Amino acid sequence: MSAGHSEYVPTSGMGKWLDSRLPLPRMVYDSFIAYPVPRNLNGWYTFGAILMVMLIVMIITGITLAMHYAASTQLAFDSVEHIERNVNYGWLIRSVHSNGASMFFIAVYIHMFRGMYYGSYKEPREVLWILGVLIFLLMMATAFMGYVLPWGQMSFWGATVITGFFSAIPLIGPGIQEWLLGGFAVDNATLNRFFSLHYLLPFMILGVVILHVWALHVTGQTNPTGVEVKNMKKETVPFTPFATMKDAVAIALFMVVFAWFIFYLPDFLGHPDNYIKADALKTPAHIVPEWYFLPFYAILRAVTFNIGIPFTDIVLIDSKLGGVIAMFGSIAILFVLPWLDTSKVRSGSYRPMFKFFFWVFVVVSVILGWLGSRPAEGSGFSGMLLEGDFAGNYVAYSQIFTAYYFAHFIVILPFLGWYEKPSKVPPSIADAVLSDNAKSAQPAE
Amino acid sequence: MAAKKKPGTPEPTRRDFLYIATGAMGAVGAGAVVWPLVNQMSPDASVLALASIEVDVSSIEPGQAITVKWRGKPVFIRNRTDKEIEEAKAVALAGLKDPIARNDNAATEEATDTNRSAGEGKENWIVMIGSCTHLGCIPVGLAGDFGGWFCPCHGSHYDTAGRIRKGPAPENLAIPPFEFVSDSTIKIG
Repeated sequence: MSAGHSEYVPTSGMGKWLDSRLPLPRMVYDSFIAYPVPRNLNGWYTFGAILMVMLIVMIITGITLAMHYAASTQLAFDSVEHIERNVNYGWLIRSVHSNGASMFFIAVYIHMFRGMYYGSYKEPREVLWILGVLIFLLMMATAFMGYVLPWGQMSFWGATVITGFFSAIPLIGPGIQEWLLGGFAVDNATLNRFFSLHYLLPFMILGVVILHVWALHVTGQTNPTGVEVKNMKKETVPFTPFATMKDAVAIALFMVVFAWFIFYLPDFLGHPDNYIKADALKTPAHIVPEWYFLPFYAILRAVTFNIGIPFTDIVLIDSKLGGVIAMFGSIAILFVLPWLDTSKVRSGSYRPMFKFFFWVFVVVSVILGWLGSRPAEGSGFSGMLLEGDFAGNYVAYSQIFTAYYFAHFIVILPFLGWYEKPSKVPPSIADAVLSDNAKSAQPAE
Repeated sequence: MAAKKKPGTPEPTRRDFLYIATGAMGAVGAGAVVWPLVNQMSPDASVLALASIEVDVSSIEPGQAITVKWRGKPVFIRNRTDKEIEEAKAVALAGLKDPIARNDNAATEEATDTNRSAGEGKENWIVMIGSCTHLGCIPVGLAGDFGGWFCPCHGSHYDTAGRIRKGPAPENLAIPPFEFVSDSTIKIG
């Protein structure tokens, strides 16, 4: 869509002069003003713009917080309290930054589920989707390292657990872990490098976001029908004012929710243990990551068994490595989603069976999140089968829902593509919109 | 000079040699530039220069345990009761998740109770790095299904000899290099 000709006409003399030297205004005009978007985009398509705003909010508040924060095990915890109590508006800026992380993840999860429902990852938008998953991974790394900086108990033990993932790698794992930590345990060296990287990664995210938007503008946006634009005049509207205004309304509504957390529930999404200074000799009774990592945490803890050659004692993958592989695998599988979903119909709106399984998947993801917040108790799936251990057997439920999570991608999606009979896809966006209008117009007659 | 070349398979020339030599030099140079940037993240001299520590254990009664800090990590020193030792000795080695002692101080590799403890005559003492072999949390003492240690993070249960019995941890709790320098003093490291 954007590959077409540019309609930008510089009017001022200065504009003409610049246009033949660095056509930056032309690029902005083509990308954010004249850029054609499908006219039938619904509210779920505004989260890209919301995420862009959140990234900028996080970068600005982060830079200002860094002016007052001290990355040293001696000073970090106190400097965060100093920001809260002494720095002018420090309480506000920190609250925006810490709650902003949560809002960022709420928005990214909605954005991703929207992409899954409408099949936005399908040809020719595979690269667009993969770049998005890459952004998600970078966001997770950034959020994790940011959570370590206040140097509370959850910061310290979260860092210990997550860097412990690398020690699961056979042979070279412990060496990699020591290299990452800069010591034998999480300490001053670790805190300093996490601060350095936490400052760097958002700019890398920004770089990949630019590629993500570029890829989007090459293929053009999808829309709820999943049918490509066929008639530019009839089926698209210019980005400004149509998408700009719609995004602005969505951003305003999102900001209301954001502000509610900032001003009324600033610590609701955090954990009280993180207001206790890090203590290397005391693990909190119950380590939980931030809410947005909980589903992956449940998957990590679900693997409590060694995987080996049956009927022998040979262990191929021990439980620790197995858990780490499952957790990273649950994200890595998103990279190949465009090839796992074999259905030729793009939008879930015309896929009755997929629609059902999509919502099951959403519910399973939420349940996994809840299980991640529970203590790692229970005898596991085998205990449930053999001893009828149902009540409070969180390990068993984590195992069942983890298995479903992977089955959704590996079994259900490929199977549906072959088995499902999609309902009738409209021949064009215009047809879909016009028939909707006709339907809603009828009762008025 | 040379035999007639087949079309499509030209002889290497002086220029090809120069390309390869330059490329190789460039690769070595790039490696020399990157290595300090990578290696600066490894544990530094002050972290590595950790002396060993000596701990007075005379005041630890049977059934009690203390935790000391060594290399930034906690080390458990527990004076086990006779009952706890008997329980640990009664465990069949075949049923262990990790049958290796993880103790460089011991003579053999089997995870017997003697090999896990301070050895013959000092079997009541057990000295271990208090870092769960799963993901590095600190297990809680005198807890769990086997009366040893319990890691609250992901639910690993260790017995009174610090051997992994249940849960996701792959190995028995590691035992640091240590020795009794006198009847009441342990040197760790």
